[in-house]
Amino acid sequence: MQVVVDNNGIKRYLVTLNINGDSYTRVIKANTLLVKFLREEIDLTGTKKGCELGDCGSCTVLMDGKPVNSCIVLAVEADGHEITTIEGVAQNNKLDRIQESFIENAAIQCGYCTPGMVLSAKALLTQNPHPTEQEVRTAIAGNLCRCTGYVNIVKAVLVAADEQ
Amino acid sequence: MNLPDFDYYIPASLQDACALLAEKGPGAKVLAGGTDLLNKMKHELMAPEVLISLKKLDQLTSIDYVSGKGVVIGSMATHNAISNSSLLQEKYLSVCEAAQHMANNQVRNVGTIGGNIVNAVPSADLPPIFIALGALLTLVSTNGERVMPLEEFFTGPGKTHLAPDELLTGIVIPDNSFTGSTYIKFGLRRSGALAVVGVAVAVEMDRNICKDARIALGAVAPVPMRAKKAEAMMIGNAITDELLEQVGVCASTECNPISDIRGSEEYRRDMVRVFTKRALRKAINNGHV
Repeated sequence: MQVVVDNNGIKRYLVTLNINGDSYTRVIKANTLLVKFLREEIDLTGTKKGCELGDCGSCTVLMDGKPVNSCIVLAVEADGHEITTIEGVAQNNKLDRIQESFIENAAIQCGYCTPGMVLSAKALLTQNPHPTEQEVRTAIAGNLCRCTGYVNIVKAVLVAADEQ
Repeated sequence: MNLPDFDYYIPASLQDACALLAEKGPGAKVLAGGTDLLNKMKHELMAPEVLISLKKLDQLTSIDYVSGKGVVIGSMATHNAISNSSLLQEKYLSVCEAAQHMANNQVRNVGTIGGNIVNAVPSADLPPIFIALGALLTLVSTNGERVMPLEEFFTGPGKTHLAPDELLTGIVIPDNSFTGSTYIKFGLRRSGALAVVGVAVAVEMDRNICKDARIALGAVAPVPMRAKKAEAMMIGNAITDELLEQVGVCASTECNPISDIRGSEEYRRDMVRVFTKRALRKAINNGHV
């Protein structure tokens, strides 16, 4: 990894992340968290900051297809990896069926957990197209929703799976 | 929440990683998954000047059977890699199950077994099952390699025998004759909860006679511990409900829990009794589950 040292002796690192199919190269400090990189360097603010400790799942993104909490991943550690944020889920201006299903099943209230929920569901259905209710609940167990009680979220994911 | 500044290195070889660790001294910390370390840094519980990332050391992520040695798990294997390993599912499903019930999916995709062990949290989910299965750690530094039973590794909450210039590179489950093993985590929620009590057991049964038994308890002492008196009550004896109850009672007196927000000492002791009995019954009847 290329290191750039400025006049004050501060080290920065040259990283290239593939985000939603686009390649972004930036020179950043090592303490830049992936969530900060996405929101402040790339202006992708769909990824939300919640607890910032890896408990709530609001900042969930997919790293090489797997859900991770971007608040406890260093951007330098994501160098060379493929990141999918909520902005990358809709294709050609068409919402993903999971997003459609969340709307149709009233699985959204305040919406703060929704990006993370959709990405956890996306990763699940990619790997396991026809999950059981228990598998859906396990997949979103790291995404806390304080509004809905989860019932409609689980339903939305199951309906999206049925439509496949 | 921002992280303080630190210097970052991402060595390309194990030799380089060891050399860096030796060179940078106690101010350097190894970065594995970071799910624990970065949180501690955010809370200013730890302020390493240098982080040495093991991310490029691909050889540390493997999970293989090595003939004559046993199952070798690289320290950078994530919880989900362990949980999804077909080798482990076939040989020690109990280990997969323990990894599967840790934290949540996002953390399991990043957090590593090496981190789970080295952080030495008394309630960690993986150490008890590995101690029950007699696992050995491989510790590497510029001075070479040493092997230590996991059981002897912990010295207190957050404290281990790992030298400041040493890296944990792997965990070995040696070949053994256990017929069953299991880990039961008792937490206050199904997900994202620390264990109030964790009980792991491994047994070798010959019909109804117990030839060998190991009971490892988590979250009920400063370090994961074996209930050796309880184990001794089983060996050579026929398994009955009465015996399992006595073994559970014995384990509950051997442990040394604290009272905290998740449970009182008295409650934890009684749960050790209950879950020791249940875990033994499960491993005796169902094998490695």
